[in-house]
Amino acid sequence: MATLSPTIPAQVPATSRGDRGNRPPIAGGGDGGRPDPGLPDYSGRLRRARLGLGIALTPILMLFVSFTSAYVVRQGLPTLDPTTNQVVHDWLPVQLPTALFLINTVVLLASSVTVEFARRQFARKVALEPLQSIPGVSLGADKDFPWLGVTIVLGIGFLTGQWLAWRELRASGFFVATGPSSSFVYLLTGTHAVHLLGGVLALLVAGSTVVLHRSLVSRRIVVDVTAWYWHFMALLWIYILALLELAH
Amino acid sequence: MGFVLLAVIWLITLISTYFFIAKTWWLPAGASAAAASIDHQFAVTFVLMGVIFVAAQMALGYLVWRYRANGSTGRASYSHGNTKLEIIWTTLTIILFVGLNLIGSPIWAAERFRPAVGDATRVEVTGMQFAWYFRYPGPDGKFGTTRPELVDPSSGGEAALGLDPKDPASKDDIVTGIMEVPVNREVEVILRAHDVIHSFFVPAMRFKQDAVPGLAIHMHFTPTDVGSYEIACAELCGLGHYKMHGILKVVSQSEFDEWIAAHEADKQQQQ
Amino acid sequence: MVAQEFHGHAAPQGFIRKYVFSLDHKVIGMQYYFLALTAVFVGMFLSLLMRIHLIWPSASLPLIGEIKPETYLSLLTMHGTIMVFFVLTTAPQSGFGNYFLPIQIGAPDMAFPVLNMLSFWTTFVAYLVMLSAFFVVGGAPLHGWTGYAPLSALPSSGPGEGLGADLWIISIALFCIASLMGALNFITTTLDMRAKGMTLMRMPLTCWSWFITAILGLLAFGVLLSAGILLLMDRNFGTSFFVPLGTVNGQLTGHKGGSPLLWQHLFWFFGHPEVYIAILPGMGVASQVLSTFSRKPIFGYKAMVYAMLAIGLLGFMVWGHHMFMSGMSPYSAFAFSVMTMAIGVPSAIKTFNWLGTLWGGRIRLSSPMLFAIGFVSLFVSGGISGPFLAQPVLDIQLHDTYFVPAHFHLIMGVAAIFGIFAATYYWFPKMFGRMMNETLACWHFWFSFIGTYAIFMPMHYLGMAGHPRRYSQLTEVSYLKPLMPLQKFITYAAFVTIAGQLIFLWNLFSSMRSGKKATDNPWEATTLEWTTTTPPPHDNFGGHTPVVHHGPYEYGVPGAPRDYVMQNDPATVATH
Repeated sequence: MATLSPTIPAQVPATSRGDRGNRPPIAGGGDGGRPDPGLPDYSGRLRRARLGLGIALTPILMLFVSFTSAYVVRQGLPTLDPTTNQVVHDWLPVQLPTALFLINTVVLLASSVTVEFARRQFARKVALEPLQSIPGVSLGADKDFPWLGVTIVLGIGFLTGQWLAWRELRASGFFVATGPSSSFVYLLTGTHAVHLLGGVLALLVAGSTVVLHRSLVSRRIVVDVTAWYWHFMALLWIYILALLELAH
Repeated sequence: MGFVLLAVIWLITLISTYFFIAKTWWLPAGASAAAASIDHQFAVTFVLMGVIFVAAQMALGYLVWRYRANGSTGRASYSHGNTKLEIIWTTLTIILFVGLNLIGSPIWAAERFRPAVGDATRVEVTGMQFAWYFRYPGPDGKFGTTRPELVDPSSGGEAALGLDPKDPASKDDIVTGIMEVPVNREVEVILRAHDVIHSFFVPAMRFKQDAVPGLAIHMHFTPTDVGSYEIACAELCGLGHYKMHGILKVVSQSEFDEWIAAHEADKQQQQ
Repeated sequence: MVAQEFHGHAAPQGFIRKYVFSLDHKVIGMQYYFLALTAVFVGMFLSLLMRIHLIWPSASLPLIGEIKPETYLSLLTMHGTIMVFFVLTTAPQSGFGNYFLPIQIGAPDMAFPVLNMLSFWTTFVAYLVMLSAFFVVGGAPLHGWTGYAPLSALPSSGPGEGLGADLWIISIALFCIASLMGALNFITTTLDMRAKGMTLMRMPLTCWSWFITAILGLLAFGVLLSAGILLLMDRNFGTSFFVPLGTVNGQLTGHKGGSPLLWQHLFWFFGHPEVYIAILPGMGVASQVLSTFSRKPIFGYKAMVYAMLAIGLLGFMVWGHHMFMSGMSPYSAFAFSVMTMAIGVPSAIKTFNWLGTLWGGRIRLSSPMLFAIGFVSLFVSGGISGPFLAQPVLDIQLHDTYFVPAHFHLIMGVAAIFGIFAATYYWFPKMFGRMMNETLACWHFWFSFIGTYAIFMPMHYLGMAGHPRRYSQLTEVSYLKPLMPLQKFITYAAFVTIAGQLIFLWNLFSSMRSGKKATDNPWEATTLEWTTTTPPPHDNFGGHTPVVHHGPYEYGVPGAPRDYVMQNDPATVATH
């Protein structure tokens, strides 16, 4: 797994850094070691894409942190009932389709496993691509196993399962506007589903070799980044499920 | 150019400061018990901030004139800063800002941390698009129930608040369009709103509080001067926000009692 | 192969790929800048109509007719929204930041050029959606740029609160997504693409300001997006996140149990960092210009960096100071007010350091410098009113009066704008290869500097006298009558100031066409953008990557051949 490259001490002539020259010349700098920060090689591109993903996950996290704080506040919120001039708590617990949610969780976790296999598969493919012509070099027994395809199927399976869960909610009489608790169930699961759909689409793009003429390296990077994103979505789902089940 | 810049900066500073000192457009005369301490905190803040304002602007004007390049071939004095100076002025600024805040905090605590006293004059103030209604609990000391489904603003008075006639406590509630309170007695206001957020603001009383739908907010102030004071809505509430004003009349205790009694008598007659 | 996919050195051909869907950060930066330019004139026009209506409420204007009270409130709402989002969050960061961050750190482009292009076009669509609110049934919303619920959540609460309000929310949601994409690019680029020798502590303060601003945006815009989603749900799906049981005009709204304060908390958790997003790049530019034109290093570079970091961090802890009167707990109010006073400290440090930079300098009063000096003056003026509003006991009197617009206009509506002007006059030669006309620039400066003081200083007095804000007409509340002369003065000052902006517009476009040709480094500045040609080539440095040897503000170095040492100058220079 690529790591941030170590800084390489550069021979920098002593100049002012606000410290009146009392400290030794600074080591490193931008990306010391790489010839051109704008057009890095494969490992540089991978590193940059992963850095970008890490940063991108922050606002997604903030979105759900924000929803969580609204959830917590709303749950505990006393509201003035003008008829009695009393403050009451009107949080009506939702009858969650727990069984369906648990099945969906298993599906999602399985897809996390398969996407991880896909990620490693692509990494191996890229690493060994130059050596493919050498007889005896193997890309592994599973080199053609469609881990990516399986993940996409499982991802769509999860989304379908969520749709079924919503149907069960509606059948039990819990719609979006039934009460604050049900609003949050739809809100949290719906927003998560939208983000997961984004991940499914990214995997579809990565998997469409023929149509898009993308190089193996580019596709590997997309799969790698999407796989980490996918793991994040799985963890996020577990968190949402825990919040809904335990804090209702 | 450097001198013009200095002159303009100094002039703007001095002219603006003049109007703050001259108080040409200023706080209305304070008519509540809290006014003296609040106005004092204003004064302290104005003096401290005023000194900084004038000093900083004058320094800026001075420096751009004094250190202008005017054909001299010398270089600027090469310096990356002065850590000691940084520490000194940072410390002083912290002391000033935090100190200013802490001196004002007891006043905030006195106004807001404690509930109203037991024998305060209680008035429920309800804001709705675009009028203020005031309700007094009457001799029984209890506010009757209101129901949103009974609200009918076009009828005014009790119906505008949705007062439930079936509740016995409602029978002696007085609903008015003018807020009248006795002088030198604490007033407890219970702020409510029907539709959107409004805000009850009486500049002379140094009193403001948002009226939020879904909440009944208890606040208090003590009027100390007899007179009529305008109430302005201070939270954007729709197209009529600018004309949602009311009147607060501060009268003697006996006048207040008569006023309440007159209203009670009216209510008896109607029933 | 790799070069084609990862936008490498090959310059695009064809008008559409070169100027419309360009992946070049310089083109994208200019696209953002010109978007902001149109937005600021729309915003100014709206404020002009507002000022006219305030002192002549029954006037009938050509083409527009009479302005009704609800129309005034729509003008006010759209003025605030367009200015805050499409001008102040766009030009300083997405405009100049996109153009100059890569060049100043020695990179050939942003980290993710395709994402960069998408972020501009998403912003553009958001802008169109925002403007479309004017043209739908009911018109633009009237709930203020702060959009407090339930006013913004109930279509029945006023004209414009129907489809207009939905479009407003959708536009803001799109803007959030675009900003998040931009923030991603800025942060990755700053962390991963600095040239050799360009350590973080050698970055120009402009780069630091863009970096910290991007981090603020990264953390804040997600929360605004969440608030917008909840509001859309309340408005269209019958939920009650923000709307309690109540009636509008005697009709039950059909909601119950929601909390109006929840909206305020979510909005201001975003809203306060947002105002630092608006000002930090201006602070970066001010530092850059003050140093360049004083021919002196910035006083206390490290302190300036730490101050910006402190402002960013503390900026997330003070949102409650917008809510002192909201019904929030008075104990929370106390906590927020202490934090708010604390955030005044790094701002004060920066001001001292700007003054320290001027002290002992050899000041050249070119146009960028005039606006940088103006920035400092206006920042002081706007900042000084902060400690008043930060004290809840004084805020009782001042909240929702004209004192508040006085404060935020001086800082955002003038100082930050002066930052944009300073940046424009400073970088125009590099972007367009020509100099702007200095005489016209001077006139523009005087009109703007004196004019904006004339508009916004008097608002403090109005606030002290208890004049509430957001009043469409001043004809009803009687204690406002003695304040009319001041309102008239403000309107006349606004006429003059807005007229003065036309000078800038003329200067900008005529200089682009026929300004004096600029050299590569007309200001004798030290940062990397001045080492390359004017305008910069497609990959910014013409095939070679700069190597950095010095800090960003090496002016007046004793013993150096010239009074400035460029960052990539390999010569060793002795320091003291």
